[in-house]
Amino acid sequence: MGSKPRLMGYRRENGTMGIRNHVIILPLDDLSNAAAEAVAKVIPGTMALPHAFGRLQFGEDLQLTFDTLIGTGMNANVAAVVVIGIEPKWTQKVADGIAKTGKPVAAFSIEGKGDLQVIQEASRVAAMFLQDASGLVRTEAEMGDMIMSIKCGESDTTSGLGSCPTTSQAVDRWVEAGGTVFFGETSELTGGEHLIADRCIDDACRDLFQLTYDNYIKVIESTGANLLGSQPTQGNIAGGLTTIEEKALGNIAKTGSVPVVGVLKPAQMPDTSKPGLYFMDSSSAAAECITLMAAGGAVIHLFPTGQGNVIGNPIVPVLKLTANIKTSKSMSEHIDLDVSGLLRYEYDLEKAGDMMMDVINDTVNGRLCKAEVMGHREFTFTKLYISA
Amino acid sequence: MAITPPQYLLHHDGDNVAVAMEDLQPGTLNGRSVKQGTEGTAVLNHAIPLGHKFALTDLAEGDAIIKYGIKVGLASAAIKKGDYIHTHNMRSYRWEASRA
Repeated sequence: MGSKPRLMGYRRENGTMGIRNHVIILPLDDLSNAAAEAVAKVIPGTMALPHAFGRLQFGEDLQLTFDTLIGTGMNANVAAVVVIGIEPKWTQKVADGIAKTGKPVAAFSIEGKGDLQVIQEASRVAAMFLQDASGLVRTEAEMGDMIMSIKCGESDTTSGLGSCPTTSQAVDRWVEAGGTVFFGETSELTGGEHLIADRCIDDACRDLFQLTYDNYIKVIESTGANLLGSQPTQGNIAGGLTTIEEKALGNIAKTGSVPVVGVLKPAQMPDTSKPGLYFMDSSSAAAECITLMAAGGAVIHLFPTGQGNVIGNPIVPVLKLTANIKTSKSMSEHIDLDVSGLLRYEYDLEKAGDMMMDVINDTVNGRLCKAEVMGHREFTFTKLYISA
Repeated sequence: MAITPPQYLLHHDGDNVAVAMEDLQPGTLNGRSVKQGTEGTAVLNHAIPLGHKFALTDLAEGDAIIKYGIKVGLASAAIKKGDYIHTHNMRSYRWEASRA
């Protein structure tokens, strides 16, 4: 490796380090999407994050929606937040949660006012937030200041041979430099979960991992369904992957060689005094998984793909890499790094890791990734069960 | 690294299944194991696309299919050395209901 790259990010009020400077308009619930999207149109440069839920949820499922909303607002890639909800109580709850970071937050509720008045009031605040955010400057950042997340998608057999091992290189380098990395996709460890259990740093971590894994699988297996075509997906099968176990080993090939230091609930933030590789209990569906990881604090995401997934996230750059030469050629507008040369033995894994780090460094410093350029902003909640 | 691009790769020496690195026609192929770097040749019986798998040994129904040095499934039918392997002759051993 050459000299240490200069990384520049946005240091937030609570000390976290972001690599983007978004002002977001966050709807509490599905009913508030229209007003939030209107504000983002009135004040271009702000971004609305519409989503499908937030009403009549309860218990753990409701808590996860709050954690996802609040975590998204707290993310260090976000400079300021306008929350809009149908009624004031839950709206204020989300705003108060985000405000703990010290960043500018304002809450507006629609009942008794209507969309038009809320759009006007919220737009005035959004305008002020955007102008203030534009004045923030990047300062020196370290990998140790930032959380990276990893999750693959539309995987094929080239993922386990090329793009996932390349991601592993980045994971090890990030963690060795003092950084934190999230991986997840609970069901997609099936057949290799013992490999992750073996890497847990102590018995408490291992027990929690095993319990988390077992609980998720219990839910899936209790359906008795034929999962072929869902997990592995039809795309996986088209790419040559046949079983969940085969897919899982490719998935695990991206997690590096460092120990697993902790197990997180969906959208949970890690202990900042304990950096390292964390497992986050999550769906393997790309948009759900990345939304949860962003809510947990990830500011950059590595996404190895085989057959070509196009996923993005509103607040986190999602970098795609592939070792499938066909995908790299046919879907070049989505692929940030082609490592197919690895499979042709044009270079070794260390070199592929260097190439990955170069793309990461440029992205940290502000260069847009393909998903950002293409406008992919998938913001998708994980539902634990039916609404009331 | 002046290495001719391999036509197939296996993850570990001892794996009984290999992955096509290009769209392949039946015949004798040059390959390599990723972990140990062992070079070898294998005969392919069917045309298969990039990323798809073929058998490196004969397999009876119920035999373990090994990739990454680990069992990743079972043969759901008899498979001859060189045969294409996918959902038609391989299944998960963990999710019993998951089969074509």
